[in-house]
Amino acid sequence: MISFSQVSKRYAGGFDALKSVVLEIQPGEMVFITGHSGAGKSTLLKLMCAIERPTSGSVVVNGQNVGTLRASAIPFVRRNFGLMFQDSKLLYDRNVYQNVMLPLDIIGYDAADAAKRVRAALDKVGMLGKEKALPVTLSGGEQQRLAIARAIVHRPSILLADEPTANLDAAYAVELGELLRSFNQVGVTVVIATHDEQLAARLQPRRIALSQGRISA
Amino acid sequence: MKNWLRQHRRSLALTLARLARTPLASLLNIGVVGIALALPLAFYVLLANLQGLAQDKAPTPQVSVFLALDVQASDTREIENRLKKHAAVAKYRFVPRDQALADLKAKSGLSDVIASLGRNPLPDGFVIDARENAADALERLRDEFKAWPKVEHVQLDSAWARRLDATLQLGRLVVLVFGTLLAFTLVAVTFNTIRLQILTQRAEIEVAKLIGATNPFIRRPFLYYGAVLGLAGGITAWIIVWAGLWLLNDRLGSLTQLYGASFALRHLSLPDAASLCLFAAALGWFGAWLSASRNLAEFDPE
Repeated sequence: MISFSQVSKRYAGGFDALKSVVLEIQPGEMVFITGHSGAGKSTLLKLMCAIERPTSGSVVVNGQNVGTLRASAIPFVRRNFGLMFQDSKLLYDRNVYQNVMLPLDIIGYDAADAAKRVRAALDKVGMLGKEKALPVTLSGGEQQRLAIARAIVHRPSILLADEPTANLDAAYAVELGELLRSFNQVGVTVVIATHDEQLAARLQPRRIALSQGRISA
Repeated sequence: MKNWLRQHRRSLALTLARLARTPLASLLNIGVVGIALALPLAFYVLLANLQGLAQDKAPTPQVSVFLALDVQASDTREIENRLKKHAAVAKYRFVPRDQALADLKAKSGLSDVIASLGRNPLPDGFVIDARENAADALERLRDEFKAWPKVEHVQLDSAWARRLDATLQLGRLVVLVFGTLLAFTLVAVTFNTIRLQILTQRAEIEVAKLIGATNPFIRRPFLYYGAVLGLAGGITAWIIVWAGLWLLNDRLGSLTQLYGASFALRHLSLPDAASLCLFAAALGWFGAWLSASRNLAEFDPE
């Protein structure tokens, strides 16, 4: 489903974030990318969903080399993914319902169908009662759950999460781990960049360790 | 198709919502565009009125054909026949030399001088009204008549037509220059407005792109905004010029009444007004497109 062959990424200024990375992720897998800050975890995720292009090597997702795609084709690749970012990247001038509606708006769902899906996604993360709330009025845990709802509302086949538990206290982190596990159980490929050892211990995923841009284990 | 229509409806709704959310800024923007367009428009309307006035009130120019002094009656008939058949001749009048002399005597008060002449120095002539009064059409007629046999001289009183033409052309040039400069203003105003909007909506655009929004999808509401801004500006310009003419006509009415005449400036015709609005909308759209293309490119991966 996702395969990297000899992928390197050098940022402007000469910093090598990834060096000759080779990896393969199968459909339905749950994978943790672990490593210290600056080891290249975020870069790895960004290469998967074409936020960055590799300097050399190829990144293939669902049979498509996403590193060489035309800019106009990239949006359609992105729609295969549900994305959760380190900062939740919620829209603070829109309420909960409108935030979750955004991906469906972009893809162009029929209004009635879209409304049903938004409710289903909010129900899944336990936020159905807060549709009208603005994100600033939510707790950190709720914001992260809202981010999940937005990431999965269009039923992507791959969920990418960058440090999803970084700003959460332990109880919220457990809750979030269970949510991620439940998506994985219905067949969604889940790739998480994290250094949260407790989360890893609970979910027992396949682990890919990065160290200074190379796979170390 | 249905999906496509829905996306456009959504963009339009979003645009109108944005306009309504910042009413003062929107009104000021529309005002700037409207005033910028109103200046050349007012000039254009005045020019159109001047042109109409010239056509209504001015005497029709005539072509005078003078025959040679040794002309025979048969030659005169031949020329008369030609004039009768000529497609560009609306009407003609034959002036015999004796009558011309009599006219001159009566009108000029030079009867003593004329009486002292041994013989009539004036030729037979035709006075011709052409169907088309454009200066170059008249000149073509003059050149044609000149080549006919027994025609000594052709005189064209087209000087006034030429002068009017030149004046109107100058006016049109001024309208064009003004119009171009102010069209540029319209594009610049939309460009900057859209740039500001993109800056304030950075977060939204960034997230939308990450989630898989295409560039046309993100650009569309901005393009609509530009077009709506242009359209509203065009309508504003129209209203400004209409109100100006209405005020002017009010005054003009009482003034011309004192002279026992009636005269009113004509308003912009409906097709002209519609094309003005469409043109303004197109310019707004163009400014927005330029701005969106430049300012959205930085969100793409390099």
